[in-house]
Amino acid sequence: MAVQAPATRPAAVRRAGRTPRRRGGYRLYLLPSAILFLLVIVVPFLMNVGTSFTRWSGVGTPRWIGLDNYVRLFGDAVFWASFRNNILLIVAMAIVPTIIGLIIAVALFDYIGKRFGARPASLLRAAYYLPQVLPVAVAGVVWGWMLHPSYGALNQILESVGLGALAQNWLGDPDLALATVMAVMVWFQIGYPIVIFMAGLQRVDPALYEAAEIDGASWWRRFWHITIPQIRQEIFVVLLTCTIAALKVFGPIFVLTGGGPGRATMVPSYFSYVNFFERADVGYGSAIATVLAIIIVVVTVFFLRFQDRSEGEAR
Amino acid sequence: MTAPARAARPSARRPGPGGWAVLDSLVVLAVAMLLPFAIVVLNAVKSPADYSSNGPLTPPAELYFQGIIDFWNRVDFGLKLWNSFVISGSVAILAVILSVLNAYALGIGRVKGRMWIMVVFLVANTLPQEALAYPLYYLAKEVGLYNTRTAVIIIFTAIQAAFGTYLLSSVLGAFPREILEAAEIDGAGRWRALWRIVVPISRPTISVLLIFFFIWTWNEFFLPMILLTGNDNQTVPVALGVLQGQRMMDVTTSSASALLGIIPAVAFFLIFQRTLTRGVTVGAIK
Repeated sequence: MAVQAPATRPAAVRRAGRTPRRRGGYRLYLLPSAILFLLVIVVPFLMNVGTSFTRWSGVGTPRWIGLDNYVRLFGDAVFWASFRNNILLIVAMAIVPTIIGLIIAVALFDYIGKRFGARPASLLRAAYYLPQVLPVAVAGVVWGWMLHPSYGALNQILESVGLGALAQNWLGDPDLALATVMAVMVWFQIGYPIVIFMAGLQRVDPALYEAAEIDGASWWRRFWHITIPQIRQEIFVVLLTCTIAALKVFGPIFVLTGGGPGRATMVPSYFSYVNFFERADVGYGSAIATVLAIIIVVVTVFFLRFQDRSEGEAR
Repeated sequence: MTAPARAARPSARRPGPGGWAVLDSLVVLAVAMLLPFAIVVLNAVKSPADYSSNGPLTPPAELYFQGIIDFWNRVDFGLKLWNSFVISGSVAILAVILSVLNAYALGIGRVKGRMWIMVVFLVANTLPQEALAYPLYYLAKEVGLYNTRTAVIIIFTAIQAAFGTYLLSSVLGAFPREILEAAEIDGAGRWRALWRIVVPISRPTISVLLIFFFIWTWNEFFLPMILLTGNDNQTVPVALGVLQGQRMMDVTTSSASALLGIIPAVAFFLIFQRTLTRGVTVGAIK
């Protein structure tokens, strides 16, 4: 309210609106967030980076050990296993949902929506989207129950239809656990790309399709040469946000497997949690978390750069 | 032009046999997606004896609510709902206020260096919570906020405001200048112009943010689990997730707990469905 001066001299309003002094007044509005951010994000992040150079159990004084934690990290088989698992989870949470999501979105929009009406299309879309509304921990509770080796519904169903031989210890078998978690995550994620892509398809000018149809282009060619380029931006957004979500994945691992059996479903985020709160190896946990943060920021920058470039080419 | 095109493709608006096949397979997929929900509901109201003799697919012989009641009492579920509600509601309101203030400075005020400020918000939004978790846990203990809802509210207000600022700044960047200039001539100060003009006009976007922040905070698991260890303060996902992680539940309590976790989430979805589908796409494109 200290900045009402310009209003008393309206003649100067327009020019005054561009002087740095007036802009300075707006900075006050950033102040509450600046303080909060400093306390909740900037300082903790720097503390995390700092402790990654120390050996620290969480109590007492951290002891400076330089890059030892990072050296140890690069030789740690569990860390590399967690990374391999994380890449497979990117496949399950970003790549597979994007591909299936594209096919379903196009089928719903192009086929169901046009031949059976908008209502069946939006009902089906809501059905696919429903798992997305669950807290991911609750989705884990649902599947933890479904997949329980002794009383879980899935094994019981397999037995009741005479396929008892296929019953498995889905989450307890080291060879199966990661594939099971991947399947659960596909179920969880699939609705998001469908909703985004269907919204994108509504934006595409129908004249493009009509022209292609007159030229005799097959369905597949129209999909490849019109649909994909036209909703390129949505595809980027989905791939980026889902890849980041996969890199951060923690809740389902915690609820479903606890990283096990052995290290079969270990991921970096859970590995850092184990070091923080179970092994009291805070320095090492911080190093893992720092590496994870760097990877996520690099992936984000890479995606945004790539997007900028391809937008430039399109123009 | 459309008439001959349609004549050339008589099937264009009528489902042929192939059309029904596409619809059928999409319906089968939808049923498969919804099956876990149906199985959870079916077995949450079934007695353990019924389950062990008839399996998960038969409808319950009689409605049995003891599993749900037992679980409700065991975790004091009403309190968990209240905790989730207080935390998510507070975060939604506070984070929206901060987002509005920031976006006003960045989108309308166009303060110097706003590009860099936006980059900071974006990075803050993408940072993994693991890289903040231990210091936050440590600091919360130091200042006496460990195991309080206040700590979780403060932290998620910052995290959600980072996204809100990013989204709202680009919306306010396109705010019609003439309206603001007119208000200024009428003698309205900047503070009043914000609350009397900018906020009411941006209400659609702000309400999307409010609902998103509420649901996102409701769904959070990792940081609330670390910061809230006491039964008195835990949220719904934390209470359910921790119990499941310990694997100490029998079959019907387990499905009862899943059902109690599903109900609020689906209720929000049904209540806010329109705003949500609008918002998902707004958030993606901006």
